[in-house]
Amino acid sequence: MEKLRKAQLLQGNQACAIAALEAGVRFFGGYPITPSTEIAEYMAAELPKLGGKFIQMEDEISGMGAVLGAALTGTKAMTATSGPGFSLKQENIGFAAMTEIPCVIVNVQRMGPSTGGPTAPAQGDVMQARWGTHGDHPIIAVSPASVLEAYELTVKAINFSEKLRTPVIILLDETIGHMREKVELPALETLELYERKRPSTSADKYLPYETDETGIPEMADFGTGYRWHVTGLNHDETGFPTGKTDVIEKQLMRLLTKVDKYQEEITLYKTYKIEDAEYLFITFGGTVRPAMEAVEILRKEGMKIGLFQLQTIWPFPEEMVQEYCKDKKAIFVPEMNMGQIRGEIKKVVDNKEKLVGINKINGEIITPQEIVSKVKEVAGQC
Amino acid sequence: MLKDIEKLLRQDKMPHIWCPGCGNGIVMKAMLEAINSTGIDTEKTVVVSGIGCSSRATGYMNFDTLHTTHGRALAFATGVKLAKPELNVFVVTGDGDGSAIGGNHLIHAARRNIDINVVMFNNNIYGMTGGQYSPLTPHGKFATTAPYGNFDRTFNICDLVKGAGATFIGRGTVFHTKILTELIKGAIENKGFSFVEAVSICPISYGRRNKMGTAPQMMEWLKKNSMPVKAAEKLGPEKVEGKILVGELYKEEAPEFTQKYDELIARFQKGAE
Ligand SMILES: Cc1ncc(C[n+]2csc(CCOP(=O)(O)OP(=O)(O)O)c2C)c(N)n1
Ligand code: SF4
Repeated sequence: MEKLRKAQLLQGNQACAIAALEAGVRFFGGYPITPSTEIAEYMAAELPKLGGKFIQMEDEISGMGAVLGAALTGTKAMTATSGPGFSLKQENIGFAAMTEIPCVIVNVQRMGPSTGGPTAPAQGDVMQARWGTHGDHPIIAVSPASVLEAYELTVKAINFSEKLRTPVIILLDETIGHMREKVELPALETLELYERKRPSTSADKYLPYETDETGIPEMADFGTGYRWHVTGLNHDETGFPTGKTDVIEKQLMRLLTKVDKYQEEITLYKTYKIEDAEYLFITFGGTVRPAMEAVEILRKEGMKIGLFQLQTIWPFPEEMVQEYCKDKKAIFVPEMNMGQIRGEIKKVVDNKEKLVGINKINGEIITPQEIVSKVKEVAGQC
Repeated sequence: MLKDIEKLLRQDKMPHIWCPGCGNGIVMKAMLEAINSTGIDTEKTVVVSGIGCSSRATGYMNFDTLHTTHGRALAFATGVKLAKPELNVFVVTGDGDGSAIGGNHLIHAARRNIDINVVMFNNNIYGMTGGQYSPLTPHGKFATTAPYGNFDRTFNICDLVKGAGATFIGRGTVFHTKILTELIKGAIENKGFSFVEAVSICPISYGRRNKMGTAPQMMEWLKKNSMPVKAAEKLGPEKVEGKILVGELYKEEAPEFTQKYDELIARFQKGAE
């Protein structure tokens, strides 16, 4: 039995903040925006007690910049935001990907585009999480479906960012961020935490972007005598700018493939009643819950239907999705956007004609009844 | 002296990318001389820059160096300094980088009085992108995007920084290198936000279009058109009009941001004892 703490009533955003602190985050830089602000507020209150630092910056661009500056000193650092702020952070997220600075960005999704609906739930930033910053780049994104998962996936996200030296995005949505649930958090001593690898060589031999078979370079903390250079320009293994196309290509290909290399470890998911399933839901985040209820309702009526929950969205678990979609009579993809995950599934499965979207973007969550009636409508024709 | 400076340069990265006659090397040297003469721990020194010709200086300076995104050096530097206040943090920025796209960060870093030393390489133009006007291009001057002369009013960045709350402000030029070095020393010694405007020359993207001649002629122009701020105080405003005032412009004592934060942490630690 896994050791658990006493049950407590927690909000999703709060669970995320608690997880960050317990996983060792000691710097938070951000700018207030609904529905993510509770995370900043919690950090402002708790970080100084732990010797950590909180700063409310003048905008989200600088919030992201400050996080990266702090991360370079060897501090685990995080920021939190929502749609409009997530847009502003993109250039510096690209900088983090290019220079391989570990950092975690929480995006509590709200309705867009633009100011949209600040307190209305949505899942419309799936593609922005993947492709929001310019150029081909690696990214990891996870999306929790409950308050407990908000805790668990935040710990994972921090570990992934440290291990792979890459930005990791936590896609919460307003539903999960603001939901209160009774949770039993795992006992502190059971947490497995990871820290970036520090240099194993002396300063004179240190090549900041040289790697062994792990594909992940060792990272020196600023102020420890390594005197290294960090630049968003194309650089070689010394970290300095280069114009040599063969070197650039080699570095970029390593950058792009380093996350794929660890895909098995990064891919987090859950399945529910899929053993005998003829029909399947694939969904993520706040939409998992109504879909789960729909499974119950439909099962009672004798339909063999199960659910595959993506916790890790990026990199997209292509093979697993292919496997689960095989031979299904229909695959339903409920999401609070117009089909961003469905599009990814469509790219990778052979039975594309079996894919059915259940989509809603009016700022209301998708209800179990809406899901059930769509399933029945389609299944009746199968 | 020169030997000491050489240790602070990444000599294997030479030659630098700057054009012949560019003022950037002079400002960088003044920074290194100031750092060297104050004897701060160079292993605990971080230099952060944005994007532009001037911001490439970080690649040549032998510290932990961080060449960030356009305009954002101060944001990154704030994170470095707050996370590890024991580090000496410098920012190298251009006039476009620091006053246009990064202008908001400049205001807020100054307002916080966070202990960061900013050296703004002011060549009055966007050098790297080939000569577009910046907020510090004087009124009436020409740029590729101001082909009929710049409409904007001449802007004094030191006044802005003063209004925002900086506790040490100075202006030097690439002609007055001794003064410039002294000012950067003053910035290092100030425990708070320090700002040094280094008026520089860009013969290629600015001088040429404004018919200011060669680099030596531009230096001559700087000499003729500047005066010590102390001397200016004694003259009437009409005699000072249009002159570049050089020297220490402002100094004040005020609580420093990271120190205040550390006091807060200490309060909690005491409470826990
Ligand atoms: C977000 C963004 N916008 C625009 C640019 C293009 N750009 C590069 S340098 C520069 C201006 C640099 O001017 P300044 O800061 O005065 O520095 P200088 O080159 O004159 O030293 C611009 C606009 C960019 N790199 N990033
Ligand atoms: S363009 Fe101007 S600022 Fe840039 S290197 Fe050349 S002379 Fe210097």
